[in-house]
Amino acid sequence: MTHLQAAIDAIGLGATYALIAVGIGLVFGVLRLINFAYGQLIMLAAFAMAFTDSWPDAASIALSVLVAVAAALVMERLAFRPLRTAPPSTMLVATFAISYLIQNIALVQYAYRQQGGLGDPVGTLAQLNTAVSIGSLEIRWVTFLAIGAGLVCLGGLALLLNKTSIGLQMRAASLDFRTARLLGVRADTVIMAAVAVSGVLAAVAALILSINTVLVNQTTGLNETIVVLVGVVAGGIDRLTTATLGGFAIGFATAFVGVELPNSGTTPFTSNVYMPSVIYLAVIVALLLRPAGLFAKTQAGVERV
Amino acid sequence: MRRVPAWLQELAGPVVLVALLAVASDLGVSSADEVKFQNALVFVAIVAALYVFVGNSGVISFGQVSFVALGAFASGVMTIPQDSKQGVLTTLFPLLRDHTISNFWSLVLAAGLGAVYAFLVGIPLMRLSGIAAGIATLAVLGITYNILTYWNSIGPGGGQTLSLIPTTTDYWTPAAGAIAVICVAFAYQRSRFGRQLRAAREDPAAARAAGIDIHRQRLLAFTISGALSGFAGGLYVHLYGSISTGDVYLDLTFVTLAMLVVGGISSLFGAVVGAIAISLFRILLSNSEQGIHIFGWGIHAPGGTNLIGIAIVMLVILLLRPSGITGGREFTVANDLPRRLRRPTRTEPLG
Repeated sequence: MTHLQAAIDAIGLGATYALIAVGIGLVFGVLRLINFAYGQLIMLAAFAMAFTDSWPDAASIALSVLVAVAAALVMERLAFRPLRTAPPSTMLVATFAISYLIQNIALVQYAYRQQGGLGDPVGTLAQLNTAVSIGSLEIRWVTFLAIGAGLVCLGGLALLLNKTSIGLQMRAASLDFRTARLLGVRADTVIMAAVAVSGVLAAVAALILSINTVLVNQTTGLNETIVVLVGVVAGGIDRLTTATLGGFAIGFATAFVGVELPNSGTTPFTSNVYMPSVIYLAVIVALLLRPAGLFAKTQAGVERV
Repeated sequence: MRRVPAWLQELAGPVVLVALLAVASDLGVSSADEVKFQNALVFVAIVAALYVFVGNSGVISFGQVSFVALGAFASGVMTIPQDSKQGVLTTLFPLLRDHTISNFWSLVLAAGLGAVYAFLVGIPLMRLSGIAAGIATLAVLGITYNILTYWNSIGPGGGQTLSLIPTTTDYWTPAAGAIAVICVAFAYQRSRFGRQLRAAREDPAAARAAGIDIHRQRLLAFTISGALSGFAGGLYVHLYGSISTGDVYLDLTFVTLAMLVVGGISSLFGAVVGAIAISLFRILLSNSEQGIHIFGWGIHAPGGTNLIGIAIVMLVILLLRPSGITGGREFTVANDLPRRLRRPTRTEPLG
């Protein structure tokens, strides 16, 4: 495989991860909360598509968006809102608990449905999992979908944030929540708006991921979310653009390094099974050099713990 | 009656809880449950080790399970009988393949390796704070997991399970181990170093102004926590006799952090209470899948309920008591001192 081919595939994964990064970054902006349960929103949206496999694709996708948004709002209402003034560690662990809860509900329903195998197949837009040849390159349609969806979602979000009142309120709230409230921004409204948008993005990410993997199960979205979280912080979580770039960068790097490393070798860093170590090591170096984020303009001074 | 000094009360709280758990399980538990109660004791050790760094520094680390993993694998590899090692783990470094040590010395080794690894990792990482520190330690966990899974010169490699490790099946090893970890953690938090680190947790700027070297204090706590985590990893591996890297990765990280926060993140008592409470809930819920009788009620829960139940229990506790079951306070006998003389307790962190 040529480097160009590897780079194009890597851009596809980068775009998908960028979508997840925006979802995480938006909620972090208004709530100062790292939502470890974000992956489970992706999983729920993917299950919604799997369960409605016989429906037309558009209906199936619409339902998955509804499910992800509804789940995100329920999460906000039941856990984030009551804990808004709690210590940050409590909020963090609450998101672990929610993540664990949803994963295990997904696991238990397999037992009830006596469903064997590795998961439920998703057929929505499955025809996009085929490749088109351009010269010596093989590009899968889903790569185009990922890049296109990434651009459309980011463009739409930029419009929302810059041209609408609720967008302005979200930006104000993420800069300084307290002052924003003093100036008349309604905390509940702005948080619910951010959470709902993050739900929509989760559904889009779920569509792309499930076209790629075909099967959904209780682990769908779990590892992707962890990796994207790492990327988001390495890129700079305080601003949406740097968070998104971080998500894109780690997606790109993961796919690219995985292909470029040789297939054999057991000593650390000599083969592609050590791809995660390469990425994580790079993240550590990046954080040490630029703790506020690789793409952040200003560096935090003395941080308050 | 003479007053029991406050420090003795604070130490007695967690130690007595662990001793009660060990005695109760030794006396009244079916043999099927024995390993679950021993497991609870090992979790006390892991969570207390985690507390030494996270509780005292206020910095969330997702990396302490790296040291548990290293301790568990080192202790496992070094205690497997020589014949089996030379038969099954042929790719190990000769030093590891051709030497075998006793379970006791393997715990000492696990603690030592945990300390060295934590110290080396901590030198650069302890400069970070807040989310950057959390994610950097998560990256350390990712690297540790990745290398332990695949490098066949230090373990089974290829994602395989390490087995044939001699087990210790009595209660007293995990109970004594947990109490040892608690005592070290307690001694550290009462030392001037522990107090300096907690001062830095409450107000970094003021602590710096008072001459506290925050980096050095965090590094010390990280190293002690690494030693204790490695030691706890050794206890863990000798409980089950086998281990795979998936056992000491994200799930364990999340569960132990959840135990710490549910118990109360800023006290040793909270760490111990959280580990015991969540472990007991787990045992209760997993047994109720087989059908149990409480107060004459027959409960028979469907399979998988325990996992859902434990998540709900954690959420409910956090919603009702956002600062944890103990509120992050150490154990004291309530009416020992007149109200005005009681030690001031830590206020809730700012929201």
